[in-house]
Amino acid sequence: MVTMTSKKVLLAAFLIIFSSSVNATFVEASSGAAHPEEQSWTTNGLFGFFDRKQLKRGWQVYNEVCASCHSVRLIYYRNLSEIGFSSDEIKKIIADVEVPAGPNEDGETHADGELLMRPAKPFDKIISPYPNDLAARAANAGALPPDLSLMTKARKNGANYLHALLTGFKDAPANFEVSEDMNYNPYFPGFQIAMVAPLSDEGVEYSDGTKATVEQMSKDVTAFLIWTAEPELEERKRLGLKVMLFLLVFSAMLFAVKRQVWAKLH
Amino acid sequence: MSTPTWKNPIIKWIDHRLPVFTFIDHSVVTYPTPRNLNYFWNFGSLAGLVLVIMIASGVILAMNYTANTSMAFDSVERIMRDVNYGWLIRYIHMNGGSMFFIVVYIHIFRGMYYGSYKEPRELLWIIGIFIFLAMMATAFLGYVLPWGQMSFWGATVITNLFSVIPFFGETIVQWLWSGFSVDNPTLNKFFSLHYLLPFIIFGLVFLHLWALHTHKSNNPLGIDIKGDQDEIPFHPYYTAKDALGVGVFLLFFLGFVFFAPNFFGEPDNYIEANPLVTPPHIVPEWYFLPYYAILRAVPDNFVDVWGLLPVIIPAKTAGVIAMFSSILLLILLPWLDTSKVRSANFRPTYFWLFWIFVIDTVILGFVGAKPAEGTWLLVGRLATLYYFVHLVVLVPLVGRFEKTKPLPDSISAAVILSGTDIKESS
Repeated sequence: MVTMTSKKVLLAAFLIIFSSSVNATFVEASSGAAHPEEQSWTTNGLFGFFDRKQLKRGWQVYNEVCASCHSVRLIYYRNLSEIGFSSDEIKKIIADVEVPAGPNEDGETHADGELLMRPAKPFDKIISPYPNDLAARAANAGALPPDLSLMTKARKNGANYLHALLTGFKDAPANFEVSEDMNYNPYFPGFQIAMVAPLSDEGVEYSDGTKATVEQMSKDVTAFLIWTAEPELEERKRLGLKVMLFLLVFSAMLFAVKRQVWAKLH
Repeated sequence: MSTPTWKNPIIKWIDHRLPVFTFIDHSVVTYPTPRNLNYFWNFGSLAGLVLVIMIASGVILAMNYTANTSMAFDSVERIMRDVNYGWLIRYIHMNGGSMFFIVVYIHIFRGMYYGSYKEPRELLWIIGIFIFLAMMATAFLGYVLPWGQMSFWGATVITNLFSVIPFFGETIVQWLWSGFSVDNPTLNKFFSLHYLLPFIIFGLVFLHLWALHTHKSNNPLGIDIKGDQDEIPFHPYYTAKDALGVGVFLLFFLGFVFFAPNFFGEPDNYIEANPLVTPPHIVPEWYFLPYYAILRAVPDNFVDVWGLLPVIIPAKTAGVIAMFSSILLLILLPWLDTSKVRSANFRPTYFWLFWIFVIDTVILGFVGAKPAEGTWLLVGRLATLYYFVHLVVLVPLVGRFEKTKPLPDSISAAVILSGTDIKESS
């Protein structure tokens, strides 16, 4: 009896060790930033999926608003087919886009000090707004607009944080002094961010008739960035369900086998 | 143990010249095992399984990884996006690291609870500690490879620890870096060593099993096998039991891989390494947190407070010594523990000491994740102190003065007494 209890204690303690030491790594850094509100994303949960209509709207917001300062350098134009763009639509998207052409037949990459350019193809990476970090800082009063490809994975509570940040711009409290070229946002560590509130109502015109409120655009572009960070998410969860189901059945069978084998000992 | 007679002529021919089949038969088929092992004895084979999974997934990752500071981060992202099932293999490898430590920590604590390190299994235990050290080195090296912010800054912090070595410290650190900071040569070196060490672990595991099979498994009663009635062949009993463990473990492991692959990770490591930007909090992976807490627990005025050590030892040096000795001290555990009784089930005082020690290490883990200041620092110091007091003072003393419970005559006697040896082991 005693050993039975001690064993349960043992098991419970191991579970506690495990879960607590894991949670310990998730303790928020004490930046004092406001805690982002939990949103419901279609990608959440065991059955998470991409809402392709939303991702297309999100691409539109990225392309028309964010892309003037932020890159998504890990994404190729061809990847846009994964969120529901047809190859004709992708061709339309890249119609006016030019990329560095690379060396020509004479081995030249520049002409008169300017890069040689060629029209973009679907196999090209989505072009970045600036040629390098220095140019980006020069154009943004010294601040570097980060690449957005992995943003939802590169911040704690990524998607919720992004949405809170995008919709969270407001006037600073009376006792808070905002530095020059900075903007107040309670969700940003330190409360001051170089980015100006990027979204405004009707900032884009959605072709599917969705009303382009700040809330809507923020959710759409965040959903798009969940996709750029984890394009495998949908496939991962679908495969995961099958694997879990298999392992459940398999383990149940192994349990039966184990019982059967050990029964011989009696 | 008799040599099996093989019927198949090919097997017979081979076995006569190179007895691999006899070896397998003796190791995992007829191998005699105590009949009362509980499920905590599953974690050794699970650790072996994780090692194989890590090597297999790692070999595939290495086919697509580029060890160059300007390409490493992007090559990992290419694996995640453009390599067929690259995301699966990479998430398996990434979470496999955490799984390895979960499984091995349970395995080590099981050894501590049931006194598995005691005579005649001291070397078995010590080899295990070396496996653990090699694992820690491998995990640290591997974490540097994706070349994220935490990779870079973790590598900088940990390699700098060696600067406390007297006289040669700076030279050793520069030798580790192959330069004057963590940079491209460091990354290349770490990649090479990260690929090498798992095979050294594999060799150590072989020695670990050799030592194990010499004196056989300990068991929840901690008493020796006294005859045939105490043992059962490994196959089919423990192959079946281990297989069930594998099924349940894979549910747990792959649950993270498919549904929360970044649960154990730091978001900062999805930002490419930047030597010019220091992250606000540099934290190691969760499995190093207790040691990180010990490292940072040593006060600046350490020497003044204690007055026992030469004045030349600065706090950082003392912290590094404390951190390494917290693991190396475990090598001496078979001799620090003076009790002749192995299993904590028969040691009423040690039973509680064990659990307080477990809780102490959990507290250290918590503290390791917090900034080293205020209450957390104080808690970290007390927990660090207790860690050493437990090993150096309490364990030796308790073994001497504890009144242990009477041990059963034999494993089979205890099994018959409890009436069931499937659900209950002791």
